[in-house]
Amino acid sequence: MLVTERERLRDDLVKMADRFGRDRSALMPILQELKRTHYHISGYSMQVIADLLDIHPVEVDSVVSFYSFLDEKPQGQFVIRLCRTITCAMRGKEHVARQLVNDLGIDFGETTSDGKFSLAWANCLGMCDQGPAMLVNDNIYTHVTPEKVHGILEECRRTFGVHALADKEHAS
Amino acid sequence: MIAKTLQGSLTFSDIEAESGLAAALNHAPADALRHIDASGLRGRGGAGFPTSLKWDLAAKSPGDRKYVICNADEGEPGTFKDRVILSEFADMVFEGMTIGAMVIGAQYGLVYLRAEYTYLRPHLEAVLQRRRERNLLGKNIQGKEGFDFDIEIRMGAGAYVCGEETALIESLEGQRGEPRNRPPFPIDTGYLDNPTIVNNVETFAWVVCILARGAKWFKSVGTEKSTGRKLFSISGDCQRPGVYEFPMGITVAELLGEVGGEGAKAVQVGGAAGQCVPAAQSDRTIAYEDIPTGGSIIIFGPERDMLRVAENFLEFFVDESCGQCTPCREGAPRLLEGVKLLQQGRCSMQYLRELCDLGQSMQLAAKCGLGQTAPNAFLSIVEHFRDEILGRINGSLS
Repeated sequence: MLVTERERLRDDLVKMADRFGRDRSALMPILQELKRTHYHISGYSMQVIADLLDIHPVEVDSVVSFYSFLDEKPQGQFVIRLCRTITCAMRGKEHVARQLVNDLGIDFGETTSDGKFSLAWANCLGMCDQGPAMLVNDNIYTHVTPEKVHGILEECRRTFGVHALADKEHAS
Repeated sequence: MIAKTLQGSLTFSDIEAESGLAAALNHAPADALRHIDASGLRGRGGAGFPTSLKWDLAAKSPGDRKYVICNADEGEPGTFKDRVILSEFADMVFEGMTIGAMVIGAQYGLVYLRAEYTYLRPHLEAVLQRRRERNLLGKNIQGKEGFDFDIEIRMGAGAYVCGEETALIESLEGQRGEPRNRPPFPIDTGYLDNPTIVNNVETFAWVVCILARGAKWFKSVGTEKSTGRKLFSISGDCQRPGVYEFPMGITVAELLGEVGGEGAKAVQVGGAAGQCVPAAQSDRTIAYEDIPTGGSIIIFGPERDMLRVAENFLEFFVDESCGQCTPCREGAPRLLEGVKLLQQGRCSMQYLRELCDLGQSMQLAAKCGLGQTAPNAFLSIVEHFRDEILGRINGSLS
């Protein structure tokens, strides 16, 4: 990472700490905001957060590794989480999963090489009466079929520019 | 995008807005608490702890700062009623939290909303803002001198165990969501060591109904030990899945009739942590004293493979175990291996017995509710579907 990029990341994290506070209970909101705006919780950013909150970096790492919505690996701009719980399984989630793998060219747990999409399993999304259900970032899709997968991915690709712009404005 | 899933009429729709809070403000806190106590209301998240007892203990705990926490970490497989309540009756939940604040003397409210429901947050923030503008939150609420209370929304990050109240508090404090040893209990040593009540979304809404309509009205349905009504999340093999309100004490058969699930082979009551009830026991009742539940009902039709069900639930627990205590961390993977052996038709009766012993050890020895309930589905499926799971050839059901 370039020095200037590091400085910019550091500035962003300082702003987040100013907004959420500098005590331990601000840790989760900061990590969530970092992931939302930068798609990545890097080792360097964990160091900076630890400094800001006056805790050991290992404490930050242990929290990041605990929660399935926080991740040390860089994530795509769109994180797709398909529900794997029994009711969605009974409604054909395996077929949706296969089509996601086919259309994205990656397996579950991976990110596309252009950094746009990550694919992951989720436990119950609370849409059991409308399965199969799938989250794309914060948006929920229900009654997903293999045929609908392509359209959802295209929708993401089309709106990507808008998303990135909105995030930048939000972060600044 | 999200289909409307409310079925039939709900009590929540008939309660006049803010009538519960108005009634509470007319009483002394202790009187309001007496109404809740008389209603017999027990926690609607599934554990069934008496709400009035929890609130009474927190009210009596000394402390300048007290917290009311709404547990909106609805992660139990098959449960979605809290999502519907938060979408349609958010005001009522916040009203119930405000009543809780008055009763225990709290100044701060937190909603712990699961990350999977982030899309609900803008709506909830808007409702909170409206309440602040109407002085239903803020300083000297509704003119009551010294009654200051506000609510903040905090997000979870995808961990089922954080539905356990002490793990939830750990998470709010910026820690890993690992359950605490109890005692001490949150009622005196909760969020940041302050007295805290943690209640389910639905519990807060029922408190409003009880204060608006009275304890006698609430108790007029249900059983002696499980009073009132409850919301159920119905999914699986039935004609009309969705969220329903039923009186406590309803039998499994009655419930199946209401939702068009007649002919089911089994019903999973209480989600992955619950138990699998076979058709032969459909006269059993859904109540804290018989089959307790937070409202998750998953219906399995005659064609379903019960080993697939056990496998899915155990994969869930292997994934969601926090890893803190050995019975849960090591036990759940062993049970899952056992299910795989059964699927391959390579499990002896002797080994199956040992697995059941292991499951019972987990029920006794695991540290929190997650580990104690992780073997439930496996044990009830082994108990009721022995013919179906033993001696399989080529992994298939028939």
